[in-house]
Amino acid sequence: MTRFLIPLLVFVLIAVFLWIGLSLNPREVPSPLIDKPAPAFELPQLREPGGVIRTADLNGQVWLLNVFASWCTPCLEEHPHLVALAERGLVPIYGLNYKDGREAALKWLDRHGDPYTRIVVDREGRTGIEYGVYGVPETFVIDKSGVIRFKHIGPLTPEVLAEEIMPLVGRLQQ
Amino acid sequence: MIPELGHFAVIVALMVSITQSFFALAGAARGNRLWMSIARPAAHVQFALVALAFGCLAYAFLSNDFSVLNVASNSNSQLPWFYRLAATWGSHEGSLLLWVLMLSGWMSAVALFSRQVPTDMVARILGVMALVSIGFFLFMLLTSNPFDRLLPPAADGRDLNPLLQDPGMVIHPPMLYMGYVGFSVVFAFAIAALLSGRLDSAWARWSRPWTTVAWIFLTIGIALGSWWAYYELGWGGWWFWDPVENASFMPWLCGTALMHSLAVTEKRGGFKIWTVLLAILTFSLSLLGTFLVRSGVLTSVHAFATDPARGVFILGFLVVVVGASLVLFAWRAPRVGLGGQFDLVSRESALLANNVLLLVAAGSVLLGTLYPLFLDALGLGKISVGPPYFEAVFVPLMAPAMFLMGIGPLARWKKASLPDLAVRLKWAFGVALVSAAVLPLTMGRWSVMVAFGLLLAVWIVASGVVNLLERLQQLAATSGGSPVSYLKKLPRGYYGMLLAHTGVAVFIVGVTLVNGYETEKDVVMAPGNTVSIGDYTMRLERFEDIVGPNYTGIRGVVTVLKNGREQNILFPEKRLYSVQQMPMTEAAIDTGFTRDLYVSLGEAVEGGAWIVRVYHKPFVDWIWGGAFLMAMGGLVAVSDRRYRLARAARRQSADAKATVAA
Repeated sequence: MTRFLIPLLVFVLIAVFLWIGLSLNPREVPSPLIDKPAPAFELPQLREPGGVIRTADLNGQVWLLNVFASWCTPCLEEHPHLVALAERGLVPIYGLNYKDGREAALKWLDRHGDPYTRIVVDREGRTGIEYGVYGVPETFVIDKSGVIRFKHIGPLTPEVLAEEIMPLVGRLQQ
Repeated sequence: MIPELGHFAVIVALMVSITQSFFALAGAARGNRLWMSIARPAAHVQFALVALAFGCLAYAFLSNDFSVLNVASNSNSQLPWFYRLAATWGSHEGSLLLWVLMLSGWMSAVALFSRQVPTDMVARILGVMALVSIGFFLFMLLTSNPFDRLLPPAADGRDLNPLLQDPGMVIHPPMLYMGYVGFSVVFAFAIAALLSGRLDSAWARWSRPWTTVAWIFLTIGIALGSWWAYYELGWGGWWFWDPVENASFMPWLCGTALMHSLAVTEKRGGFKIWTVLLAILTFSLSLLGTFLVRSGVLTSVHAFATDPARGVFILGFLVVVVGASLVLFAWRAPRVGLGGQFDLVSRESALLANNVLLLVAAGSVLLGTLYPLFLDALGLGKISVGPPYFEAVFVPLMAPAMFLMGIGPLARWKKASLPDLAVRLKWAFGVALVSAAVLPLTMGRWSVMVAFGLLLAVWIVASGVVNLLERLQQLAATSGGSPVSYLKKLPRGYYGMLLAHTGVAVFIVGVTLVNGYETEKDVVMAPGNTVSIGDYTMRLERFEDIVGPNYTGIRGVVTVLKNGREQNILFPEKRLYSVQQMPMTEAAIDTGFTRDLYVSLGEAVEGGAWIVRVYHKPFVDWIWGGAFLMAMGGLVAVSDRRYRLARAARRQSADAKATVAA
């Protein structure tokens, strides 16, 4: 009898893990990068192909890093909120154009609006890996000393911006 | 109105399936023939209702009814009509409707083709299948209604994902689902056997064709998906060990084991418990695959549109179906009894070893697929398991299975002799060894992996030839007649086996040679430039603008030259789909029996030049050719006279013809 129970036990074990897995919504899991220095990058700019941006250049201000791509459908969902945020001019938004083509990205921005202070190009997705990006879009809040304070996975919603990101930005800017 | 009719049909179908499962199972338990007799007509009614619902949804798509949320999210008025039709199952909700359409279709087929099966068995089978369909109807109605309205209606739809706008993608999901869902039949057979305690050779003979047909569909479905990835994703790869691919591969491995185990149960009455367990596992893995793909537990990158309620529902359903079956298994299996004894060296042993290897392979794919989830759940960090793991585990597991594939069919049932087998197979092994040593040299470069792959492939074919010759000799010794009449005497099932095994060999050749000898170049090309790859030269003539029904783009005109002579002209495209603003690479492929030439456009660079990626892929089409042969083998085996499935089908079609004539 007992050996016939083995398949059941194995299945129960798997089911328990699947259950835990369901509650591990990737959007809610805190990134291991929170409160760690933002990984340094030195990347070409999208709009000025010669220009380069280094993380060190950005220290001394609170900034958002938004990972986006022209092929990413959920990005369209959050894009109007980013454009609205940029119009208020409260915080600089840097774009990380992830695994995308320059032409495609520029066309996409022409069409949907460009909320970004500046955009860096991560053609191979290497910087994305260092930031632990596992889906586009993602948004990071980085403080004056270059430490990641918050990470949002998936499209930004007005609620997340109003209730979490902007209050945090306000506190960090003081 | 039409969408409401579809919605209503699904609700009625749910009622029918509740009625069907209750009366069929209770009737079988109490021996009430009247109750049991409900099962067959109920199955047909259910199928008709779901077909009606499916037709309503297809109509909504074809008529551009953007007041239906599903249509507005997944279609567009610019979309050609055949993709609008395919969009019916392109969304989550629509694919669930396809699931239940197929489930009820299989149910209806079981009701039709089970005249020789005892009434209580049929009632149990249809009752169990109806239980499964209840779960899916509820899932659809509670969390994923395909007929939800969007008010006010959208002016136009958001379009079907451009990746899915492809002929391969139109037929891939239905094929795959036919396979997944088809395993519900043998699952129901297994549960019915556990319930009734009746598990004999007759049971195995009834289950076998259903299993094989489901397996054929799954094989074709997986091969189509792989082919689609090859030409549509523009990377030239054909298998990525993505969770979604693994979800379809696990039931295939388990189903393959099941087919072989059923053979033993039918012919020798052995492996009974093992067969029942495999039947349960195969369908469980199909359900698990659905769960993994639909719940978002394993976020395959770029997919965020998942609803937690759906995940909870499917997991609950999975626990009920699989948990209950395994409890039933633990409770009833000990009474099913064991089969006959067999020696360590025998066909049973070979098949058992093959089964265990296939199951362990399925388990290791499962482990690799779920490992990131396990680690995450235990708080040990986030990782992803890639192709290196799967390749490292898979090849060593499959190699002995391939070796046994040569021995098993020649070994005698019950007790075989090792020295005898060695003598009979020495020529096959010799041919395989020599081929492995020599053939790679003709390709230009000798490598261990290539030699090993070819060794296995030639071994499978050569031992198959030995097997066939031996069978013919036996026939010649026992009966008169011409050699052609001997060929006719061998059963179709036997030819099916040979054909499917040859398919495996062809598949191995494809994988081995393409891995060993493919070449790839990334070059910047302007019109007039050439690039040489393998024995070929490709000349980029010019770029042309193209305008499709719902996209615009650019295409290159590439001439393929061999020894200075024109062979073919290829048109690699880069499309921009206007609604979703999604760029798509359409690779151009010159397909050949011994090689593919593959050209895809990368990115535009300054001065009218493009980054162009070219591949030379020797024997890559053998991969899908092998899968096709395996499926054909299954088809030949199913047509074997002893299942009577073919005869029943012929009678049905004759009836249908008579009706039409009348």
